[in-house]
Amino acid sequence: MSAITTALDRRKFLKTSLAGATGLIVGFYLPGRREVLAADGGSAPAALNAFVHVSPEDKVTILISKSEMGQSVVTSLSMLAAEELECDWQRIHWEFAPADKVYFDPAFGMQGTGGSQSIHSGWIPMRAAGLTARVMLITAAAQKWGVDASECHAENGKVIHSATKRSVTYGSVADAAGKLPQPQISPAGEVDLGSTKIKLKDPSQFKVIGKPTKRLDTPDKVNGKAMFGIDARRPEMLHASVEHCPVFGGKVASFDGSKAKAMPGVKDVVPIMTGQPPVMTGVAVVADNTWTAFQGRKALQIQWDEGPNANASNETIFREFEERAQKDGVVSRKDGDAPGAMASATHKVEAIYRAPYEAHATMEPMNCVADVQPDRVDIWAPTQFQTPSQQIAAAIAGVTPDKSFVHTTYLGGGFGRRGWSDFVTEACELSKAMKAPVQVTWKREDDMQHDYYRPASYIKMAASLDANGNPTAFTARVACDSIMSWFFPGSIKNGMDSSSVEGVSDIAYDIPNVLVDYQLTAGPVPMGFWRSVGASQNGFFSESFIDECAAAAKKDPYEYRKALLSKKPRHLGVLNLAAEKAEWSKPLPKGMYRGIAVLEAFDTYVAEVAEISIDKDNNIKVHRIVCALDCGQVVNPAGIEQQAMGAMVFGLTQTLKGEITIDKGRVQQANFDTNEPLRLNECPKMEVYIVPSTAEPRGMGEPAVPPVAPAVCNAIFAATGKRIRKLPVKPEDLA
Amino acid sequence: MAIHFTLNGKPQTLDVNPDMPLLWALRDTLNMTGTKFGCGMALCGACTVHIDGEATRSCVTPVSSLAGKKVTTIEGLSPDRSHPVQKAWMEIDVPQCGYCQSGQIMSAAAFLAKTPHPTDAQIDDAMAGNICRCGTYNQIRRAIHHAAQMKAAATNVPNGNAGSDADTAQERADVLVGGAE
Repeated sequence: MSAITTALDRRKFLKTSLAGATGLIVGFYLPGRREVLAADGGSAPAALNAFVHVSPEDKVTILISKSEMGQSVVTSLSMLAAEELECDWQRIHWEFAPADKVYFDPAFGMQGTGGSQSIHSGWIPMRAAGLTARVMLITAAAQKWGVDASECHAENGKVIHSATKRSVTYGSVADAAGKLPQPQISPAGEVDLGSTKIKLKDPSQFKVIGKPTKRLDTPDKVNGKAMFGIDARRPEMLHASVEHCPVFGGKVASFDGSKAKAMPGVKDVVPIMTGQPPVMTGVAVVADNTWTAFQGRKALQIQWDEGPNANASNETIFREFEERAQKDGVVSRKDGDAPGAMASATHKVEAIYRAPYEAHATMEPMNCVADVQPDRVDIWAPTQFQTPSQQIAAAIAGVTPDKSFVHTTYLGGGFGRRGWSDFVTEACELSKAMKAPVQVTWKREDDMQHDYYRPASYIKMAASLDANGNPTAFTARVACDSIMSWFFPGSIKNGMDSSSVEGVSDIAYDIPNVLVDYQLTAGPVPMGFWRSVGASQNGFFSESFIDECAAAAKKDPYEYRKALLSKKPRHLGVLNLAAEKAEWSKPLPKGMYRGIAVLEAFDTYVAEVAEISIDKDNNIKVHRIVCALDCGQVVNPAGIEQQAMGAMVFGLTQTLKGEITIDKGRVQQANFDTNEPLRLNECPKMEVYIVPSTAEPRGMGEPAVPPVAPAVCNAIFAATGKRIRKLPVKPEDLA
Repeated sequence: MAIHFTLNGKPQTLDVNPDMPLLWALRDTLNMTGTKFGCGMALCGACTVHIDGEATRSCVTPVSSLAGKKVTTIEGLSPDRSHPVQKAWMEIDVPQCGYCQSGQIMSAAAFLAKTPHPTDAQIDDAMAGNICRCGTYNQIRRAIHHAAQMKAAATNVPNGNAGSDADTAQERADVLVGGAE
């Protein structure tokens, strides 16, 4: 119970305010960790709100404070509340919550979805919401019958008085329950009713949590009904599309929109101002439909001021990384004396690895609908971060944030891209200029070339090995741009951004001397969180390099890892399970090769074994990936399997295909022909196995991405003896 | 000049720029947003509809080409999610973010109408044009096999025997179950 105790200590349950609503709303106040927003000048939270709503018609609605971008959070959060509510799962409804301080995620200090955090953040609050709602319904029924609450219990959407065999549905006592004071919940997760105590369930009592459960959003997603941001429609809505400066950091020198404006269906041509102080970074065409807006852009005549980055290229960027990596960086981890141990070593392994920029390439291109009015603003947005979206819309509309209404839609993929709100800015600016609701829609090319990218990175690693081949020291120096210096400028202290080194500085192997340091570079390419963040490249680096050490030690790569992880039971658990399920000890058919990798990311442990073959033209085919994972207590095993498989496909795209390169200050790729995600015919068989755990639950949106690249590249080494130190790996790299 | 065609079984007239791709006429003119914009270049398949039964990328299909044609969109595949592909998608729980799934379902429905008993290789070939960034590919493969089994069962052909008569029967079943094709 220690986890529950800690979490509930931080939480203050307040009395419910119904504010005209019908039925029962269980609300509570989440103080959260506020450093980030406080640093940004945010105001103190003082709100309460609802996660559970029971109508007199017996409709149970769960409010979902997180964005649904495919990770099944609508279903898993509903499961948590339903477990304690004791209601009929078939009758569960859900809605996306509005933007409000009560929905702040304590891990972020704002309302937002990311960091594989939703299940971890929701584990106690959502169950507590279900529990307090249940207590209020029981109390209301007991009062109605004139019996003590201790004689009643709740089951399947009803309150039951066993002694008299009476029962009422939740809906019939919801109104009365809603008028009761909010039950106090103790740090131990208990509600004291005087004559009895009702407590958060012990896992052995779970009926919903832990059972494979179908997604609540699937029916909407098989008939075109699901509303994504791009599907939002408002009366008299105009459609816009923006021509952005192709060069990062460039701006509009001058433009002539007269030809575009003369086209039938074009309403106006509007400059887009961004940044502080505002700079004209693009020109929008506003039209009566999206296609006409796209066509209008072709008729724009724009002179660009390409600015200081006009000559930036992959070559200049990686040269900078290389030069910076010659110098000591800011220390991220220091165990023992790695340089000393290295100096006296007789056997050393050294390698340099590189990873490219990556685009998110969500299937739904960036878009937003905004309706700016004199006294309020509404946005319909596929956003991952409601709070910044709300604040940006309010600032542009010139209203207070409480008059800024965020209608979160389904997200057609997120992967971190929609943590930025640039599309919200554009829609609001355009609605304000046009005095009408405006939808801004990006073309695929805009989306690919104006992303906030996964950092390209450069790393120098070295290890010294003893006579048995075991590492006595490990050093790593990372040089790359920092995501946090883009996202939360000011959060960088002493040149350290832990997201730049995660996946290597937390190397789990039993090595007495470790030194990891970081050279923070600041190039022209915008940086953002990309599914699994730093571990996406650093996992490739560290798990390929340990394979190099195993090879140098002439040891089996699985056995080598196993021996060095003897003090890390959760790493070991997934490693052993993956090896067992992949039948690591049995030889593969001729021409087939395997590689293994294991990594912790976001407190979830994942090991993967990839099986590959390589044809005479050096084409790499991945046949099968076996994944074993430990994400703590399991909420929805069906969702976990889906997420792990999806993450492996994402990881394969990074390994074999995806890459963004820079030339003349701009992105060279434009659409899915030049930056192509993995396709169905390239998708291997995938198997997912879960290690049972009683640890507190952690997320599965991201952690299965990082092991893919090293598992595949280690298999390539097994097949060819060639070590892949740069992604993506192409047939020519094997020649 | 107005273009006349059949949309989801009903007569439809569109009086827009004849060069406008069907995708945008559906989404912006007719407010039928189930068909999705992904790439605009027939690279990703998110915009797939059926034109005279053929899976077609609506993002590169000008309205001018539709005169007299029968167009079916995801909204018209069935009135009640009862098309075998939709049923299979729900039973296997295929979608994640769901954005590409209209296109995946339309491609799969057109494919199964012609290939009632597909092999994995045939599925790989037919579905390679539809990108899913969430990575639902393994689930799509399973769901297509499942839909094929459901269709076979619906034809009452013992052991799914796929003779030419059976194929005809399956086509009829598709029309019956699938609605406006």
